[in-house]
Amino acid sequence: MNHEHADFELEPGLRVRPIENGTVIDHINAGQALNVLHILKLPGQFESVVSVLINSPSKYGKKDVVKIENRELKVKELDKISLIAPSATINIIRDFKVLKKNRVKIPEYVEGVVQCINPNCISNSSEPITSKFRVYEEDNTINLRCVYCERIISENIADHLLRE
Amino acid sequence: MKDFSKEMIDHILETAEKLESIAVMKERSDMLAGKVLAVLFFEPSTRTRMSFETAIIRLGGEVLSMGSVDASSISKGETLADTIRVVQSYADTIVLRHPKEGAARMASEFSQVPVINAGDGAGHHPTQTLLDLYTIKRESKLEGVKIALAGDMKYGRTVHSLCYALAHYGADITLVSPDELRMPYEIIKDLEARGMNVRQTDSIDEAITEVDVLYITRIQKERFPDPAEYLRVATSLQITPELLENAKSHLKIMHPLPRVNEIDPLVDNTPHACYFKQAFYGVPVRMALLALVMGGME
Repeated sequence: MNHEHADFELEPGLRVRPIENGTVIDHINAGQALNVLHILKLPGQFESVVSVLINSPSKYGKKDVVKIENRELKVKELDKISLIAPSATINIIRDFKVLKKNRVKIPEYVEGVVQCINPNCISNSSEPITSKFRVYEEDNTINLRCVYCERIISENIADHLLRE
Repeated sequence: MKDFSKEMIDHILETAEKLESIAVMKERSDMLAGKVLAVLFFEPSTRTRMSFETAIIRLGGEVLSMGSVDASSISKGETLADTIRVVQSYADTIVLRHPKEGAARMASEFSQVPVINAGDGAGHHPTQTLLDLYTIKRESKLEGVKIALAGDMKYGRTVHSLCYALAHYGADITLVSPDELRMPYEIIKDLEARGMNVRQTDSIDEAITEVDVLYITRIQKERFPDPAEYLRVATSLQITPELLENAKSHLKIMHPLPRVNEIDPLVDNTPHACYFKQAFYGVPVRMALLALVMGGME
């Protein structure tokens, strides 16, 4: 096992085996792993192995980890993940080695990712537009301000993610 | 309204002042001759629509009115985006009122010509805020004004917009409302962060003795499940000649209208009454906006 790969492996005893090729999403806020799977539409028809760790102990308290074999992520998926797990790291694995490791970037704006919570917002009507939010951090919380009606979403963002 | 800088607001108000003599027909103008203003109102309105129409006519331009929603293609299910794409090719500027929040923002994305928001549901109504500021400037003073805002502070977004705008002028604000209709904490916090002094009370008697301006708004019946409770609250905020005995002599009373029973008609003939003048000031303020947006003035 490559030592770089080890930092999201767990202590000896190895609860989840390393993957050969795919993506490891590490440092997911504890309790958000299932929402990450939901964003990635996993398992769905996906046939490779997906491993999920919930409430795994780490240096900074509890975290979740998701390992997906033979799958890389799209930009829109990364944007969505950053909203519910802003500290997550994305590790691309090739031949058991970490090819690339990046922290998710919180985008300045997200389009077509979240549904506005205001039922009277123009983005929730039959108009030919997609929802659009400005993303900002305040008191360590991710806030989304609707570009159209200016309503702010600061809690339970996962509940408002749009299904494609 | 939060996007407007003090300089922008001041410029609009100063322009309105220059145009006031045209608004009262002391002077004539053809500043916007040949220009067409499309007036799209998807909700009923009297003052806003008519004052926009008067404003463009006084400046020599023409009005293109959609008429009622029932008689238009909207009743056939056309989207607002399509309506805007069509109308922008007929007019130089569009004035839009729509029941959905964010409608004007969306319309501006589909229009090559300027779109003026004349109210979007429970959202913004920036031209009302501008005319409120203009009224305060003309009838009282804007810088450091002591103002009491009474009525529904919770849902009244026009009141929220006015507070944000007043923050530019170092206003001293007293909010008068029953507990259940208090201004949301985030807004108070935001106003205080902008250096404003905000007090809250449920007693209009107490507030009225101190202030230069009293701005009262209608409390909507549907906010109260119990009609008796509505009546109690509405009566407690009513402006009567007796209440005004304790007011400063220069106190001005404002109301966006229509009023129901917030102000006793006996108050209309006192020097404190300012609400009909306020409705008139909608004309020079909207003239100023049209002149600035449609190229009549810079």
